[in-house]
Amino acid sequence: MTDHYESAKKFLKEPSKVDWHDETLWWVRKKRDRAAGEVDEWEELREAASNIKERALAELDSNLMEFEQKAIANGITVHWAASAEKHNEIISDLLRERNISRVVKSKSMLTEECGLNPYLENHGIEVVDTDLGERILQWKEHAPSHIVMPAIHLKKKEIGKIFAEKLKIPESDDPQLLTETARQHLRGYFLHSKAALTGVNFAVADTGAFVVCTNEGNADMGVHLADVHIASMGIEKLLPKTEDLAVFLRLLARSATGQPITAFTSHFKKPARGKEIHLILVDNGRSAILGKRGFWKVLKCIRCGACMNTCPVFRKAGGHSYHSTIPGPIGAILAPHYDSEKYGSLPFASSLCGSCTAVCPVKIDIDRQLYAWRQELTRGNGSQLLVSLIGKALQRNKLYDRLGVFLSMIQRRFPWIVNRVLKAYTQSRSLPDVPAESFKEWYKRNRDE
Amino acid sequence: MKIGLFIPCYINQYYPRVGMATYRLLRNLGFKVEYPMGQTCCGQPLGNSGYERYATQGIDHFNGTFRDYDIIVAPSGSCVHFVKEHPGFDSGSGWEIMELSEFLIEMTALEKLKISFRKKVGVLQSCHGLRGLKLGKSSELMQRGASTIVRILKQVKDVRLVQLKRPDECCGFGGTFSVREAELSVKMGEDRLYDFINSGAEVITGTDVSCLMHLEGLILKRKLHLEVKHFSEILMPV
Ligand code: SF4
Repeated sequence: MTDHYESAKKFLKEPSKVDWHDETLWWVRKKRDRAAGEVDEWEELREAASNIKERALAELDSNLMEFEQKAIANGITVHWAASAEKHNEIISDLLRERNISRVVKSKSMLTEECGLNPYLENHGIEVVDTDLGERILQWKEHAPSHIVMPAIHLKKKEIGKIFAEKLKIPESDDPQLLTETARQHLRGYFLHSKAALTGVNFAVADTGAFVVCTNEGNADMGVHLADVHIASMGIEKLLPKTEDLAVFLRLLARSATGQPITAFTSHFKKPARGKEIHLILVDNGRSAILGKRGFWKVLKCIRCGACMNTCPVFRKAGGHSYHSTIPGPIGAILAPHYDSEKYGSLPFASSLCGSCTAVCPVKIDIDRQLYAWRQELTRGNGSQLLVSLIGKALQRNKLYDRLGVFLSMIQRRFPWIVNRVLKAYTQSRSLPDVPAESFKEWYKRNRDE
Repeated sequence: MKIGLFIPCYINQYYPRVGMATYRLLRNLGFKVEYPMGQTCCGQPLGNSGYERYATQGIDHFNGTFRDYDIIVAPSGSCVHFVKEHPGFDSGSGWEIMELSEFLIEMTALEKLKISFRKKVGVLQSCHGLRGLKLGKSSELMQRGASTIVRILKQVKDVRLVQLKRPDECCGFGGTFSVREAELSVKMGEDRLYDFINSGAEVITGTDVSCLMHLEGLILKRKLHLEVKHFSEILMPV
């Protein structure tokens, strides 16, 4: 298990970068505030989105059946994958059957979750990430540190260096030049790729269509130039009706980046003549989460990333400190479902400030779930003698008071003991002096004064 | 109306003056208030550390201690939040619990108080009060409305409230979080602190002594000149 604390501490060693990371994401949060503030009914929209998602999840089984039927009728080939492995296998088989050895891929957190890239590479298929941020990470061999801005942990200078090394251009940190270079570089891949992989932001049960949102248009470019479009979708992405999109599309981009809508919002319903669309519906643990009381609402997430931008822990410790595909507050309540040992420190990496819950466009009770996870995760801890003694002392006020007097005496007479025991706290913060008497003692003398 | 005063453990031990100010303030405003001597701690530290199941005896004890009161008032948003959120409390005895500023606003109790405080004051909006108890509208929400503590301070003569760059970002205390993720907690605290300093605040105040203690600890360590006071101490100077 990699403790969040260790990685946070490491990230914090470079204060100027921490401040830059913090300010950059805070700036996105403020952009989101402005965009949301322009919608009078913002809070009603959040409420509506939350209700729609909760109902959709409650009826997920029948919605999925309806969706499959409609999608097939539209000419889409629908695949079901119970696990990440199955998902990867389906894609690999589809590509090999068609003798395709290189694909372009737009951003999809689900394929990250499934470890698709390494899987395909192992099976001799080259994957070219076409989202600019992801392309950079592919070169750097880094995992995304944020779900919307995957390379947000890298500064312009670092990116310029990678471009210079990989594309043999003079080093530069001019975003315009770098983007243009990337555009030229990717164009060749787009033109020659026979298959394009994308994620899915929303799918709609009553039409069998699905929606992909990007800002770079790379999903569209890939799909339109290729013969085969393979879209991967987590089953929780399904909405019952087309009109539901009117709620979610207004919330998504505003929450994510403060834009009124993503630059490209593409609806896919049926394959163009002579082409194929394959849609893979992936479970990979989702239906198990759906059955967990107190936790299932985590599946409402539309992956906007707003909870990351607002989270002071995320901003000051960096996305990589979570070591999970989905980082930040949402990652902290999602990842332990997959491996409660490996990700066991994440629900504790929070002050429970609740900013995530208040910013979330679908009103996931993130802080409550963090709290609930803590109760689960401590069950396996060894001796719980100390906490059980504390628990008992809360019931016996005489003992409790004496304990208080005793501890005050210790701090007054042997402050070094307290400083040693609470070193983590006292290293950078002084404890207050212990006053001569506690409130209780004062009250005894002064009541009805 | 019988009011029971709940003084959280860390206030009892470290900041009795906040308990005194709260008690005197309520008495001064004409409320009949008692501090039940048998009280211990609400159990929040156990709950937030993941050991809620060991807090049940304490919760029963709390229920017993406050059985005969109509309203429990406490100078702490986070303890009140814990009591309100936790189903084990209030098993049928009918009391209601309120954080002090919430109580004062609800009772429109402050007219009688003629106080002046000639300082530049920055308000630390503690998260459990602001977002948990909804003592105001947090900045994430697209609704406006001043928090109870700001409304109270506006009734104090000569106070000048400073404008912070981030009006309600968490100070990073978070109970055991402050120890478990010490470096991060300190960094969060420092960032808040400098927001107060840069905005020209002379005094930091708030509803929660725990968060204030964290900032005060940073101030003391750095030998900065910035006062930290619970808002009851402004309303009821000793
Ligand atoms: S939890 Fe909410 S705020 Fe966070 S990514 Fe998901 S939808 Fe967005």
